[in-house]
Amino acid sequence: MSTTADAPSGPQAQFLAHLKDGRFMIQRSRSTGRYVFYPRIAIPGSGETDLEWVAASGLGTVHAITVNRAREGAYNIALVDLDEGPRLMSRIEGVETVPIGTRVQARIVTLEGEPAIVFDPVGEKN
Amino acid sequence: MAHALKGRTAIVGIGTAGTGEAPGRTAIELLAEASLAAIADAGLKLADIDGLFAATSTHAFPTLSVAEYLGVKPRFFDGTNVGGSSFEMHLLQAALALDAGLCDAALICYGSNQRTAGGRLVSMSEPQWHETPFRPRHPITAYALAASRHMHQYGTTRAMLADVAVAARAWANLNPAAFARGPLSRDDVLASRMISDPLTTRDICLVTDGGGACVMVRANRARDLKHKPAYFLGGAGAQWHRSIAQMPDLTVTAASDSGPRAFAMAGLAQPDVDLVMLYDAFTINTILFLEDLGFCPKGEGGRFVADGAIAPSGRLAVNTNGGGLSCVHPGMYGMFLIIEAVTQLRGQAGERQLKKCDIALCHGNGGTLSSQVTALLGSDAAL
Repeated sequence: MSTTADAPSGPQAQFLAHLKDGRFMIQRSRSTGRYVFYPRIAIPGSGETDLEWVAASGLGTVHAITVNRAREGAYNIALVDLDEGPRLMSRIEGVETVPIGTRVQARIVTLEGEPAIVFDPVGEKN
Repeated sequence: MAHALKGRTAIVGIGTAGTGEAPGRTAIELLAEASLAAIADAGLKLADIDGLFAATSTHAFPTLSVAEYLGVKPRFFDGTNVGGSSFEMHLLQAALALDAGLCDAALICYGSNQRTAGGRLVSMSEPQWHETPFRPRHPITAYALAASRHMHQYGTTRAMLADVAVAARAWANLNPAAFARGPLSRDDVLASRMISDPLTTRDICLVTDGGGACVMVRANRARDLKHKPAYFLGGAGAQWHRSIAQMPDLTVTAASDSGPRAFAMAGLAQPDVDLVMLYDAFTINTILFLEDLGFCPKGEGGRFVADGAIAPSGRLAVNTNGGGLSCVHPGMYGMFLIIEAVTQLRGQAGERQLKKCDIALCHGNGGTLSSQVTALLGSDAAL
């Protein structure tokens, strides 16, 4: 696994390069085991820089959700808590909306020409 | 014990310009007109201004643009921009600078022609790369997400959100200067067009034009000027995140940190407050801030507002001008919280004037529930 510190590009570029290659990777501190998303040069608050890239489980739980009622159609925008801890903004695919607490699984798609992480409901709730 | 800054400075002038619609006028024209009105209201001259505090949606270097336009040469200036709460932060900065003798007359000012220029809320100037693929429509999306979480966690309902808008409108109907007036019922709000679940058009603030300004001096000078001084009693800011996805708990804002420190500086507590001015860009804001500032327990904000508690003749006077929901909201609303508080403290609020108003709380919010700044102002009786 490459670390953030010894790479020629910054964490944002590294994350996007992984994503282009079809991998959803997140950063974890080797010493504390804490994860961070969006990608950064250090763990916020405590400042550890010993970050390594690890494959995200892709499993998460919907924390909050809204449906944007645009004139061109409705689409949802959700905040998902990854099982590893960090929260990210994304979309729940294939449905207009889901209840908060719905379990979801990540998938890489192409949005407006760029790879992006979206989620599918997996049925199970917690 | 109250802080050394308590009561050392006061707002002595307020002014507005073009609130509502001001077609054909630019943001800085409105800002300048409001500033001159505030300076005149204070009984001062433009040349007296030697402290300048400004933030707008349109200027990268607001104090440079404003100082040039007005032709003032401030000895102290601050262009802190933390969104709509910037002006509450400027109160604290101005109080510090005045008390330290770094300036003698501070102008705090804002102007926007957002309604006639585009008719839309100005979005975040700095897109978040990890959010843009999902096409959030900030700020609405962020507040809708927070509202969804509050409803999930505490059983807050759309009807409770609606009651915030209904109370604001009832106050606006007592304010001839309010932009949106006329009947508005809970059913009207619930039946209005859904923009971003659970927020409808009526859960979202106005988009208006408007300039607003105030002038602050040290308390000893304030007593010799035209109007009853509105003393600065305490203030504090807190900021915990930029993007809504990074907000630690979507139901707890940094007002829970700024509020207690502002109260401590002022040596006051919630029951002392006669008027609560909250940055109600969305109906969920009022509920969150009532909780986080300690006017009701966490999670009870929805039930607190649902029985008319914050409407005229309710238990707690909130947003007596009609708020950002029904009075005025030119992009950054924080200046207008201060203007209404001073108007009430002076006893000049006409039909909506509170019987007793000696202590007013102004709470500004900026970004997407990101920056929170609380300020307490008071009349002579509060000292």
